[in-house]
Amino acid sequence: MIEPSKTKGAEFWRWQEYNRIMPDKKFTNKDLITAGVDVGSVGSKAAIMINGEAYSWGITRTGSNSPESATKALNYALMGTGLKSSDLKYIVGTGYGRVNVPMANKAITEIACHAKGANYIWGPSVRTVLDVGGQDIKAIRIDETGRVVSFLMNDKCAAGTGRGMEVFADLLQIPIEEIGDISLKVDKEPEPVSCTCVAFAKTEAMGLLRKGWTKEKVLAAYTRAMAVRMANLINRVGLEKELVITGGQSKNIGIVNRIEIILGVKTLPMPKWREEGGLDPMVAGAFGAALFAKALFEKAQKA
Amino acid sequence: MITHYGYIDGSGEYFIVIDSDKCSGCGKCVEICPQKALLLQTEFIDLEDKTVAAVSEEHRKKIKYTCFPCKPETNNTPCANACEPKAIKCNWNPK
Repeated sequence: MIEPSKTKGAEFWRWQEYNRIMPDKKFTNKDLITAGVDVGSVGSKAAIMINGEAYSWGITRTGSNSPESATKALNYALMGTGLKSSDLKYIVGTGYGRVNVPMANKAITEIACHAKGANYIWGPSVRTVLDVGGQDIKAIRIDETGRVVSFLMNDKCAAGTGRGMEVFADLLQIPIEEIGDISLKVDKEPEPVSCTCVAFAKTEAMGLLRKGWTKEKVLAAYTRAMAVRMANLINRVGLEKELVITGGQSKNIGIVNRIEIILGVKTLPMPKWREEGGLDPMVAGAFGAALFAKALFEKAQKA
Repeated sequence: MITHYGYIDGSGEYFIVIDSDKCSGCGKCVEICPQKALLLQTEFIDLEDKTVAAVSEEHRKKIKYTCFPCKPETNNTPCANACEPKAIKCNWNPK
C-alpha cells in the first residue's frame, strides 16, 4: 500500500483514510454486535454497532477488488476494539459493490441504508437525503422512521460527483480536503460550466485556465454546476425539510453552501466528525446497514 | 417506496415511476412491454424481500429512446394500462 504521507504533494486527490472508536462505550458478550459494510465506487466504509448504537468505523479507498476492499474496511473498523470478525452476529453489505461483500449475511441497496443512516445520525426530523457519492447522486425522501418514501438517481452519467472533484483536485494541484473552501474564495460567483462530465472536466478546466481564470474561479464554476444538478434532482423528488447531505461530498463546504443558496433552505448542521464522538455522514450507509443487520438478526431470533 | 427510473438531461426529464408499495409483482407490465424494458426484481422493504417490477439497468440510461414509441407523455402506455394496482406512471417532460 502507498503511504499517504510519503507521497503527499504528488497526490492531491487522495483523501484521508481513517478509523474511529467511540469513547466511553463498553460491551459485554450479552450485547448484540452487528456490522454494516458499504463498498462504494470510491470509498469503502464499515461500521460496527453495539445494540444499534455506533461503536466504531473505518473508511478506506475502494480498490479494484470489491471483496478485498470490504475486508480491508471491516478490519479497519475492528482495529483496536478487541473485537474479532467472529464476534459480529450479523453483517449487511451495501453500496455499489454490495454483492461482492464476502462476509455479509445479506446485501441491501444503499438507498435504504443511507435513508436509515441519515435518520440515525440526524434524528427523525430528516425528510430529504441527498447522497453524493463517488460515482452517482441520489435524492431520497424518507419518513420519520427512516423508511424510503421516494427515490431518484440520475441513471445517465456520473457527472457532478466525488470522482469529478478528485480529478479537479489533481488538475489544479489543490488538496481535496481544501477544495470546498477554495471554491468559495471568489468575489462574484461565476457562471456554472456548461458541461459537468467527468471525462471532459479536465479539458474544460484547462480551457478556462488558459483563458486566464484563477483556480478559485474555475473551481467555483465547476462546483456551482454540480450543485445545480443536485438541486434539480432534489426538486424532482420533492424537497421537504429537513434536508441533509450524506456521502463523501457532504464534507465539501463549497457544494453544501451552494445547494443551500440554490434551494433556499439550510441543511441540518454537519456532525463534528473530525472530533471524538462525532458521527461521519460519509459512513451513513454503513450505519444504516449495521442497523438493518440488528433488525434482521432479531427477526431471525424470533422466527 | 416510489422509484424514479430515468434521468434529467439538457433535453428534458424522462422517468418511469414505479411504486413498490402498490406493485403486486404480478408481472403483467413485464409481459406487455414492447421494448422488454421491464423486469421483476427483489426489493428489500420493511425487513422483507418483495418481488416488484423495475426498469432494467440497461434501459435506465437510454429511457428517452426506449420508451418513446409508447408515447409516455400521455401516460397512456401499455405498462401503465396493464397495471391493475396503478403502480406505474410516466413522468415525461421534454423541453
